[in-house]
Amino acid sequence: MDFNADHFTLFDLPIAFRLDSAQLDRRYLEMQSRVHPDRFASAGEAERRLSLQWATRVNEAYQTLKRPLLRAMYLLQLAAHDVAIDNNAVMPAEFLVEQMEWREAVGEARAAGEHHELERLHHRLQRDLRDRYEAVAVLLDDRRDLEGAADHVRRLMFLEKLLTEIDDAMAACEE
Amino acid sequence: MALLQIAEPGESSAPHQHRLAVGIDLGTTNSLVATVRSGLAVVLSDELGRPLLPSVVRYMPDGQTEVGYDAQTRQALDPRNTIVSVKRFMGRGLADISNREGMPYRFDDAPGMLRLHTVAGLKSPVEVSAEILRNLRLRAEASLGGALLGAVITVPAYFDDAQRQATKDAARLAGLPVLRLLNEPTAAAIAYGLDNAAEGVYAVYDLGGGTFDISILRLSRGIFEVLATGGDSALGGDDFDHRIFCWILETAGLKPLSVEDARVLLTRAREAKEYLTFHGVAPISARLDSGEIVDLTLSTEIFSEITQTLVAKTMQPVKKALRDAGLSVADVKGVVMVGGATRMPQVQRAVGDFFRQDPLNNLDPDKVVAIGAAKQANLLAGNGAAGDDWLLLDVIPLSLGIETMGGLVEKIIPRNATIPTARAQEFTTFRDGQTALAVHVVQGERELVGDCRSLARFELRGIPPMVAGAARVRVTFQVDADGLLAVTAREKTSGVEASIVVKPSYGLSDDEIAEMLKDSLQHVRDDALQRALREAQIDAERLLEAVRAALVGDGELLSADERARIDADIGKLQAATRGDNRRQIVLAMDDLEADTKDFAARRMDKSIRRAFAGRRISELDSDTTIAHTGEAT
Repeated sequence: MDFNADHFTLFDLPIAFRLDSAQLDRRYLEMQSRVHPDRFASAGEAERRLSLQWATRVNEAYQTLKRPLLRAMYLLQLAAHDVAIDNNAVMPAEFLVEQMEWREAVGEARAAGEHHELERLHHRLQRDLRDRYEAVAVLLDDRRDLEGAADHVRRLMFLEKLLTEIDDAMAACEE
Repeated sequence: MALLQIAEPGESSAPHQHRLAVGIDLGTTNSLVATVRSGLAVVLSDELGRPLLPSVVRYMPDGQTEVGYDAQTRQALDPRNTIVSVKRFMGRGLADISNREGMPYRFDDAPGMLRLHTVAGLKSPVEVSAEILRNLRLRAEASLGGALLGAVITVPAYFDDAQRQATKDAARLAGLPVLRLLNEPTAAAIAYGLDNAAEGVYAVYDLGGGTFDISILRLSRGIFEVLATGGDSALGGDDFDHRIFCWILETAGLKPLSVEDARVLLTRAREAKEYLTFHGVAPISARLDSGEIVDLTLSTEIFSEITQTLVAKTMQPVKKALRDAGLSVADVKGVVMVGGATRMPQVQRAVGDFFRQDPLNNLDPDKVVAIGAAKQANLLAGNGAAGDDWLLLDVIPLSLGIETMGGLVEKIIPRNATIPTARAQEFTTFRDGQTALAVHVVQGERELVGDCRSLARFELRGIPPMVAGAARVRVTFQVDADGLLAVTAREKTSGVEASIVVKPSYGLSDDEIAEMLKDSLQHVRDDALQRALREAQIDAERLLEAVRAALVGDGELLSADERARIDADIGKLQAATRGDNRRQIVLAMDDLEADTKDFAARRMDKSIRRAFAGRRISELDSDTTIAHTGEAT
């Protein structure tokens, strides 16, 4: 096994966006039970260092593949397709307006302590996210449309951040 | 289908002798040491049969110390030199300590960590903790009849990097090799899970003398996976004592007290708290030096009332941890109660109400952490019986970040990331010709640097002068399985590559530790050189055994030349181990380490290949219904 192999190969999974997450979980645990530093606590220095590097590597790969947004970004990176979030951050105006409306709605609900309203927004956004990830799966796995997938990924980065903000707002209401 | 049995790397397939390893619960109020003997985890008692060691250290003018019950009985007579609850000071500056007015100590605000003035001189909390650890080490060595291979030492899950590093430094000072720092709730989960064959999501509510932790874990088929953790590293049973103490002052209308009187009343407060666990009212009476007489009665109702905010304070981290784990109360199958302070009825009630189920109290809350630590130590030492094996996946409790422009924090590693973990971040210069970069590492969840704990500041110098934005400095943050951070920085432009390793700067430098070791050894009878030699011999034997096991299992991975070189190294190291020259042992170990480096890499490689080979069998075996998209090839 090559330490520098891609994350999918590391877990012996096909390089694709659609993924059997139960299988990923199982292989992660199998791998970790082989390389984890606890297995080498009384081994020599060289083996302990290798174990730390491998266990770190396995954790990183798992965290990346487990989350759909990171997985999509990673696939684009493997295909050498720049998501270009930094220098090409010009998003369509109607998307940005939509984002502002979302944020206003969250801000108002948070200020008013309307937990119910936040939950509603949360559900709506999650449905939206699900649809978009399904679209990403089609674009990446079936059509190999990298630019189309990258466009969705850029939007998803905004939306995932928004989801975290709603979570935080709900937490603030509970406290 | 039967599974093939494959020995783990680092695990001997040949029979070996039982290695002496212990688990230590270094508590705020009490400490314990436990070990696994004939397959059973037992707490080791002192010569009078007492399992607990009060975490109390008294310094005397001649530099000698008293530790445990002896020190505890004298604390009212000599409060200034008798240090209790030192765990609260570990890795902490003076400004971090609340309730300071109630403490009899004279503090010194040293950079990074406070110091205490004692009759035997200025003492660091690390030195005080080392006295407790040394006492437990001697107890274990006497009881087990030999030097220890190492110890698993527990720390609150919510301990930050500074507090963890301080604990590890204390062990080093006490001559105790650390196999692993283990989070207390995780240790409790191991003890509970292994004893009860538990499966599912469990919460561990751990309220100790001075710290509070909540961990949410998933237990399944020998895997302990921490999903989220939270807590407050300055909240515990001590605070309940302090509330009673304040209530006494107020109710009895007492004037400002001498340190001796304050110590007496704090002790009465603690006794009343313990009494109320089994009684409806507790009498509190004391005759003070000032001549005043205290004679009060504290009821459970009043006790609940005056500590309500403390109990409520523990519920915030509980909610947060559940949220971080993406779970709700209904997902939690059981709540394991840990720590002496969970004996208080109002705590039991609050936890039961929140989780809508009776908390689990079937393990002794004082011993469960030490028992779990002993089991983990036994496993790490390689004493585990075949099939009696588990894997622990723990997390980092607090986010790690760096300071960016305007005093803001950029998170590098988020809280609750599974360890070990690493993240690399690239930096660049913002002025033409800039040759140095300052990096400030912090830990915490807040957005402003000033609200987080500062872990390390370092400067990367020697960057070749370039235009702004051209340099590429890659800084890697590595958190190991102890939850400890190491930072490496590398500048890589035009072939120039510099690499530095930064040990966070809050704690003690290696020189300081060496100095403390020298000081402490002046007062300890066992000879420093003798001890160092014995440690080297233990290390050498450990290495020899690991290499021998590797040769038995994977000898075919070596060429004849390589094998001959390793055999020669082994011979030399064996000879050195029998002698009394420590330096020779260390040099022979270095040679063997160097010549087995490639071998180790090949073995790791082989083991991972086996994971693939073995997994096909086990997957087909366990769930044939799952479609194996990747298996057809």
